Amino acid sequence: MTTVHIPFLQTGTLAVGGRLLTEEERSVQSHADRPSSLTKGHRACQGCAEALAARWVMDTAVEAAGGKLVVANATGCLEVFSTLYPESAWKPPWIHSLFANAAAVATGIAASLHAQGRDDVRVLAQGGDGGTVDIGLAAVSGMFERNDDVLYVCYDNQGYMNTGVQRSSATPATARTATTPAVGRHPGQAFGQGKSMVKIAMAHEIPYVASATPADLRDLEAKVRIAMSIRGARYLHVLVPCPLGWGSASSASIALARAAVQSGIFPVVEARAGELTGVERIRERVDVSEYLRPQARFAHLFKPGGEDALERWRALAEANIRRYDLLGGAR
Amino acid sequence: MSGHDSPPTVGVSTGPATSLAYHTGTWRTERPVYVDLAPPCSLACPSGEDIRGWLGSTQEGEAGFEKAWRRLVAANPLPAVMGRICYHPCQTACNRASVDEEVGINAVERFLGDTALERGWALPAPAAQSGRRVLVVGSGPAGLSAAYQLRQRGHAVTVREAAAEPGGMMRYGIPAYRLPRDVLAAEIRRIEATGVRVECGRRVDSLDDALAEYDAVVLTVGAGVAHHVDIPAGAASKIVDAIDVLRDVASGHPPLLGRRVAVYGGGNTAMDAARTARRLGASDAVVVYRRTREQMPAHPTELADAVGEGVRVQWLSTISAVDGPRVTIERMALDTDGVPRGTGEFEELDADTVLLAVGQDADLSLLTDAPDVVVAEGVVQVDPVTLMTGRQGVFAAGDVSPGSRTATYAIGRGARAAKAVDAWLAPRVLPAEPVAREAGSDRLNPWYYSDAPKQHRSELEAARRVTGFEEVLAGLDAEHAVFEARRCMSCGSCFECDNCYGMCPDDAIRKLGPGMRYEIDYDYCKGCGICAAECPCGAIDMVPEVR
Repeated sequence: MTTVHIPFLQTGTLAVGGRLLTEEERSVQSHADRPSSLTKGHRACQGCAEALAARWVMDTAVEAAGGKLVVANATGCLEVFSTLYPESAWKPPWIHSLFANAAAVATGIAASLHAQGRDDVRVLAQGGDGGTVDIGLAAVSGMFERNDDVLYVCYDNQGYMNTGVQRSSATPATARTATTPAVGRHPGQAFGQGKSMVKIAMAHEIPYVASATPADLRDLEAKVRIAMSIRGARYLHVLVPCPLGWGSASSASIALARAAVQSGIFPVVEARAGELTGVERIRERVDVSEYLRPQARFAHLFKPGGEDALERWRALAEANIRRYDLLGGAR
Repeated sequence: MSGHDSPPTVGVSTGPATSLAYHTGTWRTERPVYVDLAPPCSLACPSGEDIRGWLGSTQEGEAGFEKAWRRLVAANPLPAVMGRICYHPCQTACNRASVDEEVGINAVERFLGDTALERGWALPAPAAQSGRRVLVVGSGPAGLSAAYQLRQRGHAVTVREAAAEPGGMMRYGIPAYRLPRDVLAAEIRRIEATGVRVECGRRVDSLDDALAEYDAVVLTVGAGVAHHVDIPAGAASKIVDAIDVLRDVASGHPPLLGRRVAVYGGGNTAMDAARTARRLGASDAVVVYRRTREQMPAHPTELADAVGEGVRVQWLSTISAVDGPRVTIERMALDTDGVPRGTGEFEELDADTVLLAVGQDADLSLLTDAPDVVVAEGVVQVDPVTLMTGRQGVFAAGDVSPGSRTATYAIGRGARAAKAVDAWLAPRVLPAEPVAREAGSDRLNPWYYSDAPKQHRSELEAARRVTGFEEVLAGLDAEHAVFEARRCMSCGSCFECDNCYGMCPDDAIRKLGPGMRYEIDYDYCKGCGICAAECPCGAIDMVPEVR
């Protein structure tokens, strides 16, 4: 796995920084003069993990590109909360066109830069699960298939949150949304629907595909650095807990991402040319209820009648653990 | 690393306004506030050491060792001694026990103490002479601590000690296999070097005479007189006080105890006596104790060490008679209140010598001319805040006064007495010790502390231990001491891990630089609480916003 290994210095690699670290051992986010590409004053909800992850990704990418980075953004929370006309919270050059075409816009920027002989300027496209997994999938798939020189980052909060929490094809089974209410014999989003964008990206056999969460900064920064060191199409899928849409405490966003990984629900993986090359092992395994219970969208799972659905969640975790060997040699 | 405040000119057709114009801080209903809480280790330390502080300096490695030692000796001038003999209640309280194992604080203390002796570090120079003279009676841990702290405050201090050497129970009670005498002597010499005058072989007989000569007196005479019980004994019986045996051994005159030794009592002195008997050649050392293991006052590590060296314990037993080498023992049973009662069943035990270790009393002969100094339950009664006795200007600390009878408690009370004397001489009112808010384990986010097991100190093999008075427990080397110090989780106090700074979704925390910690930008902080939730050590409170 891409986790950075540093000596034990009171905290290990799981904390953002640490006063005993050398300059080389520090994360980008621990520096007092980090780029802070997504700056203060943005209108993301309290505890928005997307805003956090976007700064982490962008700061690392800006550093890796020596400051020469252009960003194309799909429609979605990230675009809405960062750019209320006439203000912008973005420091790097940033463009928003349509919901579906961020990947295509990025492709065009990359082609134009290449034509100008400006391959030193790097291109990053980003969007939510709506703009990536649903509405923008054709453009994303095209960008992958042509192996265009773009790093595409999807911040997956599992629904259309800024328009009022409607389901997307990334919404997990049993989740209550405005369009999948928690009523009837099978409350919430149905089992057997949705798609795995990580697997879809891997199926394109592009040079680099990875997943990450805001529960492991070091891993996320390392993956962005690796992605930025490669030319061609690259894909990073970041799970971003959403206090609004998930019905969770604003302070719990990191803890939920951690529980998603430690329960086996969200596999943190890395793949090259379609082949799985790395897996973040579970460090302290927790039951799926630790991930589900703090979220109001799953409240019905913890009422009488929710037992079967909860067992299906456990089976999903088990399947991931088997498929990706998430326990490895660990506990 | 450089910031990128102004975007490159690529592709930008208009210069948009910045979101900095909008202050999201107005959304806040709770605000994060950095706090500094008291860690459980320091709250449990009877000497009042800033353990988190000196472990923090030790974490820096070589560059931090002297600073760490200086923070340590601010409360305790005998770290090499206490790093060996303290029962470390700090470790019992340590929050790290809930993550893996408690931090080996005592081992790091010893490392710093030994390093200071090796490198000849001097204690801080005292404040300017105050012109006041203070007499400290007794040179045990309480007396030395009081003398050191009084001297630091600029007073002229004399310590009078009845014995030939200074150190009290550390010199004459604790066996050399736990506390080598050169270590004790060196730490006492270092206190003397600050200008404390230590006069040995000088018993103080009269409080009135002392007060005629000095502005204040601190009584720290300890509890060095063995307590006695009546046991019917034949003429050929050999019954001696355990504390006298320890004293004789410490003075270089080891007594002949015989091959079989019975020790009567269940405290640390009983354990020391039994272990010492083994070293003096007893093949059979039996501790006779009237209650159960759970009720035993000896520290569990002392009991374990004694048993490891072949000492046997006869639980629920009292010695009812001694006749020559025949010791008659009555079996006891606990009644419903947990009090041991005789069962009328007797058995016999062979013992060449019986060592009595059934408690120690204070020698209060110097108080014969001081009826105003109240003595109750064998100890001098003091004001709980000022430690002053019934006589103005006379204070008491350590085993002679009420409280726990350990060296670490004595050091804390000695320091407290020094503060009280200083306040009384000024004069000003000494405030009670403030009640600190504790950083309990429920405040911590242990996820961030990597699993890092305690560095165990190597012990002498048991078979080798009983053949001599070599020190049993070895110290840590620098590398292991630093590692151990880094296991400290800094409960309740920011150690600059950058979690709050790195994890703020609103970029609303400023990092102020090494040692300066962070500052929250309340213009933009939305009060989500992620910083507080993800702070490993619980150094951030969320406080309701009042507008």
